[in-house]
Amino acid sequence: MAGDAKTMNLRLHVWRQTSVKDEGRFEEYAAKGVSPGMSFLEMLDVVNEELITTGKQPLAFDHDCREGICGACGVMINGNAHGPQGATTTCQLHMRSFSDGDELWIEPWRARAFPVLRDLMVDRSAFDRIIAAGGYASVRTGSARDANEILIPKQNADSAMDAAACIGCAACVAACPNASAALFTAAKVTHLAELPQGQPERMRRVVRMVDQMDIEGFGHCTNHRECEAACPKQISVAVIAQMNRDYLRAKLIAPADNENAGSGG
Amino acid sequence: MELKSNAPTGPIETRWDRHRFGMKLVNPANKRKYKVIVVGTGLAGASAAATLAELGYNVDAFCYQDSPRRAHSIAAQGGINAAKNYQNDGDSIYRLFYDTVKGGDFRARESNVYRLAQISVQIIDQCVAQGVPFAREYSGLLDNRSFGGSQVSRTFYARGQTGQQLLLGAYQALEKMIDAGGVKMFPRREMLDLIVVDGRARGIVTRNMVDGTMEIHMADAVCLATGGYGNVFYLSTNAKGCNVTASWRAHRRGALFANPCYTQIHPTCIPVHGDYQSKLTLMSESLRNDGRVWVPKNKDDVGKKPGSIPEEDRDYYLERMYPSFGNLAPRDISSRGAKTVCDEGRGVGPGGLGVYLDFADAIKRVGKAKIAERYGNLFEMYEQITAENPYEVPMRIYPAVHYTMGGLWVDYNLQSTIPGLFVLGEANFSDHGANRLGASALMQGLADGYFVIPATIGNYLASEGGGKLYEKRPGVDHAEAIKVRDEVSARLDKLLHSKKPTRTPASFHRELGKLLWDNCGMGRTAKRLEAALARIPALRQEFWDTILVPGTGEELNQTLEHAGRVADFLEFAELLCKDALHREESCGGHFREEHQVEEGPEKGEAQRNDELFQYVAAWEWKGADAPQVLHKEALDFEHVKPSQRSYK
Ligand SMILES: Cc1cc2nc3c(=O)[nH]c(=O)nc-3n(C[C@H](O)[C@H](O)[C@H](O)COP(=O)(O)OP(=O)(O)OC[C@H]3O[C@@H](n4cnc5c(N)ncnc54)[C@H](O)[C@@H]3O)c2cc1C
Ligand code: FES
Repeated sequence: MAGDAKTMNLRLHVWRQTSVKDEGRFEEYAAKGVSPGMSFLEMLDVVNEELITTGKQPLAFDHDCREGICGACGVMINGNAHGPQGATTTCQLHMRSFSDGDELWIEPWRARAFPVLRDLMVDRSAFDRIIAAGGYASVRTGSARDANEILIPKQNADSAMDAAACIGCAACVAACPNASAALFTAAKVTHLAELPQGQPERMRRVVRMVDQMDIEGFGHCTNHRECEAACPKQISVAVIAQMNRDYLRAKLIAPADNENAGSGG
Repeated sequence: MELKSNAPTGPIETRWDRHRFGMKLVNPANKRKYKVIVVGTGLAGASAAATLAELGYNVDAFCYQDSPRRAHSIAAQGGINAAKNYQNDGDSIYRLFYDTVKGGDFRARESNVYRLAQISVQIIDQCVAQGVPFAREYSGLLDNRSFGGSQVSRTFYARGQTGQQLLLGAYQALEKMIDAGGVKMFPRREMLDLIVVDGRARGIVTRNMVDGTMEIHMADAVCLATGGYGNVFYLSTNAKGCNVTASWRAHRRGALFANPCYTQIHPTCIPVHGDYQSKLTLMSESLRNDGRVWVPKNKDDVGKKPGSIPEEDRDYYLERMYPSFGNLAPRDISSRGAKTVCDEGRGVGPGGLGVYLDFADAIKRVGKAKIAERYGNLFEMYEQITAENPYEVPMRIYPAVHYTMGGLWVDYNLQSTIPGLFVLGEANFSDHGANRLGASALMQGLADGYFVIPATIGNYLASEGGGKLYEKRPGVDHAEAIKVRDEVSARLDKLLHSKKPTRTPASFHRELGKLLWDNCGMGRTAKRLEAALARIPALRQEFWDTILVPGTGEELNQTLEHAGRVADFLEFAELLCKDALHREESCGGHFREEHQVEEGPEKGEAQRNDELFQYVAAWEWKGADAPQVLHKEALDFEHVKPSQRSYK
């Protein structure tokens, strides 16, 4: 492959922390002979192999699919969530985005709601609890009618899909100066609000999900739009406006509907 | 041991209905007394856990990722089949059934496949009602495409992210039941063994991957939905964490393992580009609708720029060998085609392991814009990985391990040979025979989870133990549970303290993977399989003598997790090769070079041997020092008569 013959040497400053209780610190490592065709995680694999062979603990990081869809991976690289290239997850970032001699500061997502478990791994279970609070359209298995009885204009189906493309990686939270989870929450609210199936629970959903976001300790959205810039799936901040409109409407127009909004499913 | 499939007989159209009617039901008031463990929350596990909880059972669900939303199912791109016949193009339940039995090269159970085709229709209804944003036509109706060489358009899809959207649907249903208290979710847990008490599956041992705590969980039934074992080859399109551990541990506790040699190699993946490579990326099969596959006719041309090779010096080998299916020939056949031309020294790219997938003609025919509309995201992904622009130079692709048809043996009720142990999704062996059709894995996972298991597990719970299994549920302090947990701990301890700790789990995994790919990959021979079978035990010994795992078991330790999985792969690999060696025929994903059609128009194609091998090979574990014993479940084909698969 063109350009792949040349290898690079990089200096890494990586956040090390043994457990939630540990304070954590940066430590320095050399990444040698890095080929531009490697993915960022493959570069870390190479560093780790060397650490292990010398009996040291490797750098812990979350990952699984390595094709940008599971949302497991994600680190801050020189202050950018998922690194310098837009619309990309850390696993899809390739080393050709860097140059020989570069110095990289690699850190976990930072947010009050995401305790660091070890090194670059954080606990994102708050996201699951936000979904559990209402991010679904209830349907008992077997009770559905024929799929084509629900007509959905292509335009709505497409914008629902745009929002549903969220992979739950949490780069939006990491990038936000307030550590807000608004983009993540709003993506699910919007996906379901765009569809007829999402209507019956729409008001209750938005109230419960937004409230859960607060309970988890995420900050408020003050329109920095850093989330949109960091999102590997390019989810637009327009979904946040949609969520805010629904939330207001639910609070003002349909208060009766929220009476039991927090009472558990 | 006699393998009883418990498959119903009589008219195939009503088998599932009659079977369901014959099953016992659990009294609604009693359901909450039962506890069911579901290991794995991919499509199969998440749909099962959510549905069982809806019915009133208490469910404990487990996955190794930090969230159920990240299961490997998330990566499926192409779509999900269903016999809706919305396109009025001649599809029907019977046709989907027929295509699946034939596509599986006559090595699947007819009753199961028919049920799968029937249920496919309900799956789409269910998913749409949940809000899965499938692609639509301007009319607002659902869109379909033809996939994987099928003659009808029965594939439903959500852009290139069908698996993601289906999994999120099931995950959301699961989260709802977690919120309602019906499911207790245990993420970042790895199941490391199965607990069998009085001959029944009663629980599991898990390791909390955050702090290393060993845990015992007990229940009235256990469902495994832990996915496939493709990662035994190290390089595959599977997620990095996919493993055989849960299935293998269950196998060692008495569950028979069926047809391990049926592995699927996908023809269109991005070729390997370096030693550091950690996984292979699939390029959707849909690309073959417009791309033309070729290699240079002459070896001397392989290093040349593709554009400089004139038309007459190119070999469009799929079009040449399979004039009627051409570039759309099924997966196993296309993959072998690529291997053949590369073995001849005509492969392109690094190491000569690649073939061109060329869009130049399609761009000329319909224009670049149209191609971008169809495949834009795939082209981008390709460019991101390879730094080459497929609008200008042909893509390079090569086959890669993708899916495993083999798995734990189950009967029609999805129950393994251990009573109370049920197996769902890719982890079981059931519906795809020797080769799976594109877009059928998602269908099977959801059929198992949403519709089959909720019906069949009730029958088990209502019939066994006088309908009161819950009363006799052993506690976490049961002697057998403690014994199993201690065995697991001792094993982890061995991994942490080998005699001469010098080699990493990854280095063993890579070596094993290469050994299997070379000897038990796309083309297999007795000689190479025997060579692999001779090497694996030695490699395993080396592993236990020299495995190097820093740190302790009482902390988050990813090296330890990997080492445990590799240890199980090293045992499983032997069974995989053994099964491949015993099956003296070629069928579906299992191609034995000794068994090819020798003459006539099908020369060189896979030669099945129905007389001797029309059975499911189910292997029984007999202890670490004894060979596994083969049991056979004979297969009958009443409806689809076995014939030579022909795609010429
Ligand atoms: C790249 C790619 C594309 C594909 N595209 C398609 C397609 O278009 N159409 C199609 O039909 N099929 C497709 N497939 C196949 C399909 O995606 C899978 O077969 C299917 O999703 C498997 O689902 P599952 O629920 O059985 O298992 P998985 O989704 O693999 O889930 C396994 C679950 O088990 C858990 N687990 C595993 N081991 C343990 C353990 N020891 N302890 C605890 N938990 C454990 C995991 O955490 C996970 O939750 C594709 C596959 C790949 C690799
Ligand atoms: S590892 Fe799955 S998105 Fe990066």
